[in-house]
Amino acid sequence: MLHTLVVYVEDKPGVLNRVASLFRRRAFNIDSLTVGHTETAGVSRMTIVCDCDPANARRVEANIYKLVDVLRVDDITEHPSVERELAMIKVTATHETRAQIIQLADVFRARVIDVSEDSLIVEITGSGDKSEKLLDVLKPYGVLEVARTGRIAMARGPRLAERLADRFAGEETSEEQTGVSYSV
Amino acid sequence: MKKTGAQIIWESLMRQGVSTVFGYPGGAILPAYDAMTQFPIRHVLVRHEQGATHMADGFARATGQVGVAVATSGPGATNMVTGIATAMLDSSPIVCITGQVGSKLIGSDAFQETDITGVTLPITKHNYLVTRAEDVAPTIREAFHVAASGRPGPVLIDITKDAQQSSCEFDWEAAEVKLRGYRPDHRPAPADFQKAVALIREAKRPLILAGRGIIQSGATEQVIAFSEATQTPIAMTLLGLGGIPASHPMNLGMMGMHGEAWVNTAIQEADLLLAFGMRFDDRVTGNLKTYALNAKKIHIEIDPAEVNKNVHVDVALVGDLREVLTDLLPLAPKSEHPEWLGRITELKGDSAVRDIQNLPDNGHLYAAHVINDLWRETDGNAVVVTDVGQHQMWEAQYYKHNTPRSLITSGGLGTMGFALPAAIGAKIARPDAEVWVVVGDGGFQMTMCELATVVQENLDINVAIINNGYLGMVRQWQEFFYEKRYAATPLVNPNFAKLAEAFGLTGITVTKRSEVVPTVKAARNHRGGVVIDFQVEQEDSVYPMVPAGADLQAMIRRPSPIVETAADA
Repeated sequence: MLHTLVVYVEDKPGVLNRVASLFRRRAFNIDSLTVGHTETAGVSRMTIVCDCDPANARRVEANIYKLVDVLRVDDITEHPSVERELAMIKVTATHETRAQIIQLADVFRARVIDVSEDSLIVEITGSGDKSEKLLDVLKPYGVLEVARTGRIAMARGPRLAERLADRFAGEETSEEQTGVSYSV
Repeated sequence: MKKTGAQIIWESLMRQGVSTVFGYPGGAILPAYDAMTQFPIRHVLVRHEQGATHMADGFARATGQVGVAVATSGPGATNMVTGIATAMLDSSPIVCITGQVGSKLIGSDAFQETDITGVTLPITKHNYLVTRAEDVAPTIREAFHVAASGRPGPVLIDITKDAQQSSCEFDWEAAEVKLRGYRPDHRPAPADFQKAVALIREAKRPLILAGRGIIQSGATEQVIAFSEATQTPIAMTLLGLGGIPASHPMNLGMMGMHGEAWVNTAIQEADLLLAFGMRFDDRVTGNLKTYALNAKKIHIEIDPAEVNKNVHVDVALVGDLREVLTDLLPLAPKSEHPEWLGRITELKGDSAVRDIQNLPDNGHLYAAHVINDLWRETDGNAVVVTDVGQHQMWEAQYYKHNTPRSLITSGGLGTMGFALPAAIGAKIARPDAEVWVVVGDGGFQMTMCELATVVQENLDINVAIINNGYLGMVRQWQEFFYEKRYAATPLVNPNFAKLAEAFGLTGITVTKRSEVVPTVKAARNHRGGVVIDFQVEQEDSVYPMVPAGADLQAMIRRPSPIVETAADA
């Protein structure tokens, strides 16, 4: 199944390479990986989607946490969270089909961001699922190019770290006491 | 005070408590070598950079302190790769410092430029590229911290030539370690202790699997206390040997591919396995599908990434073994398992693994004789550094180690050529220890150039070459699994005794069992290194043997009596 990991890392050269290299070395499959700045200077946030069983997801988590430049890893697969992906789809559009494509895009709440003589570029934001479905309906018109960002994800509610700590509130151990901050 | 990056390297190393480094100079590291003469640091000039890393590794394994290796850029750095990987697989704390071309030249394929941080990314615990003198001190401090803490491992620091040449203020206090993401200090949750205690209480046939973690964490006393209080016998991994005295009545001996038959059978019959600082390597588990199916498993392990990697465990206590056991011991119920211990004694009585020792002297020299006699002559007190192959397994079976860090061997990576350089590192770390190299004729020839280092450093190291004229372990696999097609395993060897003499050492050739003890005695009494060429039975095999990937109980046993080889006819 797909697991979504949120990884905070030091914003240093080579960190992306260290994380990606780990997946290759341990033969874990990356479905998508995105990285960008966060609310804190010097800290980057990665969203990694990987295809593995729950036991392997734990191993992925533990192995990522072992990297010295990794600050925190959270598997938010089981958490209520919002996931978004942006896709741009360039599709063939003739005089006859252009209106139909724009209409379809509207149904998906996608936007047309470029129009040229024989093609359109449609931008869609949503779960990866939604982009897939739009792609499916656009395929008959002739999809010329697809660019996708990969998934970014954020847990709903308070900050992730506090939320995860709350899960231990019922037990006598807190996350800090167990010292296993990569795991929940 | 202003110092050059090169000076800061040595100043920082000294403040980390380093007194000896193993290295080889070259263009990109020359500024550092030039500055070295200003500092009271012993530099051991190796003959190949792989040797430098093995020496640093041997130094670390002999003491638990961080070993340091130095090399230049390009080929100097790439020659270190095998030694770094060796240290990585056996969690040995070493710091490797390499020179790099000037920062302006990086990426231009300059002379002797290699992306060594890229090359070593998967085989180091962490690595650094330093391009400014200001970063040298903080990086070295951080590197030592990372190498030695948690699950130890190798760290590489690549320092550009201009970072060595330029100057900056040296402020050691300001260079303190600030690693917000690195938290190696795991402690298990109290609830997990309770789960473990419940399993221990229920167990009728418990067994401890003791690994290198005992030695790394210094938990010998705690493991023995636990074993005695709960009457739980102990099986050892190769790298655990010495962690519990072989003479201790609860110590059953080695497990795994060439482990004792009764130990492997006991693992398969146990109803609780307590894995202490070991990682269920394929060489100790055999076929995972049939491994210890009757047993619940408790894993005490410092590295969370090892938990449930190969074997699913019922309880994991992630933390330093000594600390975890100190907390667990008062909770563990005192218990007795007379039936289980009786069963193990019964299994042990059934074993034929020791038969070779008791054979009459028929003129043949077996490797087991050599190891056994060496053990008796040194009272089991030597630090033995082995290479990889048959001799390594015979050493593990026939030399009884009673103290931690008295066996130094490449387990995880299985690096041939490890023994001689690692022994040099061990001897320099512990000059008062009696150091013996036990090495095959194949592996010895991979790094025998370091005999020159033994001579140059005036080291008292004795080398026992177990010479069977084959790459013996590979030959054994060919015998068992490839219908005796000995492809590329017979060796035409030099005269090792003469070779030793050419290096300026003493060389002796031994072909009869009766000569073993006198020769070992002579070598021990001789000042300076002695190389002994023990020409042993050529087609002897290591028994028992669990074929790779086979069930642990599916051991190939020594044919009894020993099958005489063609040489007898």
